[in-house]
Amino acid sequence: MSSFWSWYIAIISLANILACVWLIRWTAKKRPGEAAEHETTGHEWDGLREYNNPMPRWWLWLFYISIVFGLIYLVLYPGLGNFQGVLGWSQYSAWEDEVERVEEQVSPLFASYAEMPIPELAENDEAMQTGRRLFGNNCAVCHGADGGGRPGFPNIANNVWQWGGEPDEIRKSVMDGRQAVMPPMGAALGEDGVEEVAAYVFSLSGRDAPEDLVSRGAERFAAQCAACHGPDGQGNKALGAPNLTDDNWTYGGGLEAIKTSIRDGRRGRMPAQKELLGEDRVHVLAAYVYSLSAHEREQEAGSDD
Amino acid sequence: MNHSVIEKNIGLMAVLIAVVISVAGLVQIVPMLFLSETTEPMEGVEPYPPLEFAGRDIYVREGCYNCHSQMIRPFRAETERYGHYSVAGEFVYDRPFQWGSKRTGPDLARVGGRYTDLWHEIHMLNPRDVVPESNMPAYPWLAERTLDGDSVARRMRAQRRWLNVPYTDEQLEEAAELVDGKTEMEAIIAYLQSLGTAIERNR
Repeated sequence: MSSFWSWYIAIISLANILACVWLIRWTAKKRPGEAAEHETTGHEWDGLREYNNPMPRWWLWLFYISIVFGLIYLVLYPGLGNFQGVLGWSQYSAWEDEVERVEEQVSPLFASYAEMPIPELAENDEAMQTGRRLFGNNCAVCHGADGGGRPGFPNIANNVWQWGGEPDEIRKSVMDGRQAVMPPMGAALGEDGVEEVAAYVFSLSGRDAPEDLVSRGAERFAAQCAACHGPDGQGNKALGAPNLTDDNWTYGGGLEAIKTSIRDGRRGRMPAQKELLGEDRVHVLAAYVYSLSAHEREQEAGSDD
Repeated sequence: MNHSVIEKNIGLMAVLIAVVISVAGLVQIVPMLFLSETTEPMEGVEPYPPLEFAGRDIYVREGCYNCHSQMIRPFRAETERYGHYSVAGEFVYDRPFQWGSKRTGPDLARVGGRYTDLWHEIHMLNPRDVVPESNMPAYPWLAERTLDGDSVARRMRAQRRWLNVPYTDEQLEEAAELVDGKTEMEAIIAYLQSLGTAIERNR
């Protein structure tokens, strides 16, 4: 703030307060020819007469007290232009103090979590309660409160992973985000081609589709799609190319939805959380996400034996 | 001077009342019109490009400010949830500003980049599709209505002429062409994705 505006604010503010003092004293002053206290002023309206009573004491005192309060406030807190007040308070320093105070409490906790490997952290009830709140605030908007996903946003509560379900892979997904790049194939395949490939993809998850479409679709798939989705449609986690054979669909598994995916492409993006949440909180979140599928993972491990 | 002089001259009384009640405005409002902190853009803040500009008008038209604020106060609870607190230099090209005063929905001051375009589209068409407990109304018509490029360009020109928003001639000339025929959905998503992105996030 320039010194002109600083003085402008200070002078008007103080002058205004002094004017209040003057006003209250001026109005209380006795004037020649005025009726004596508690006498009527001589004004009369339809039989109603006006008394010349002084202002109530309690009201007057409140007025003086608020003037004194205002002056003390302006000495202690910022208000008079550039004068910062003798307490040195500001809303930003108050915010910094608050953040610092809470960080002092929680950062040792997050630091101790950060040292624990994710699978171990995922079994720590206290950490997972924190994780659930972080998830509710930051992730549930897309992935659902239970992590079950929504059309367009993957289910992360089951053990099917587009970008990999190992602890480090999950952590990386949350930390740096992910950008899927399914290109629009409509122009390259033509509408017939889209239909054929869609029928083939539809059939990959064990569902019936017209034989001739499927066989022609298989050829096109091998030429155009296998590079990312693999020769048998098993996907490629490094590229985020989903497995097409497990009947798990981010954008819907109906024939029309598959056609749209092929024709127009899909560019799903997971926003990076590193800047928003910081590494330690992302670590807890990754463990929480890992814990969502713990049950399924154990069952699968059990069935392998 | 005597009471009766003021009490019997309504014109004089009106003038004196105006003087008294303008003091607070003189101290609190007038300096803000001249201070660099409030009149100069923060580094990285640019006038809204045409599509975002059009989206902003739709935001105002649909009354989004009735439920969404765009003002993160310097409290830890807010900066934890929404990001860095808002600063005055972020709003110099917001005419009128969209700070709002009520949060039925969350604050949107830093919603830019938080969610994907697809999320916003699904959410506008029917919020319950992504957030089952949401009570936000659906805005399906945004996907059907298209922008009139000339009208957007005219409004941008008006902002330069009357409000000194520093658009260049070139920007104004190409504005109509850039947005003409795009849907209102594209415009409002572009606007939302730009919100609050000029400042470093917390942590």
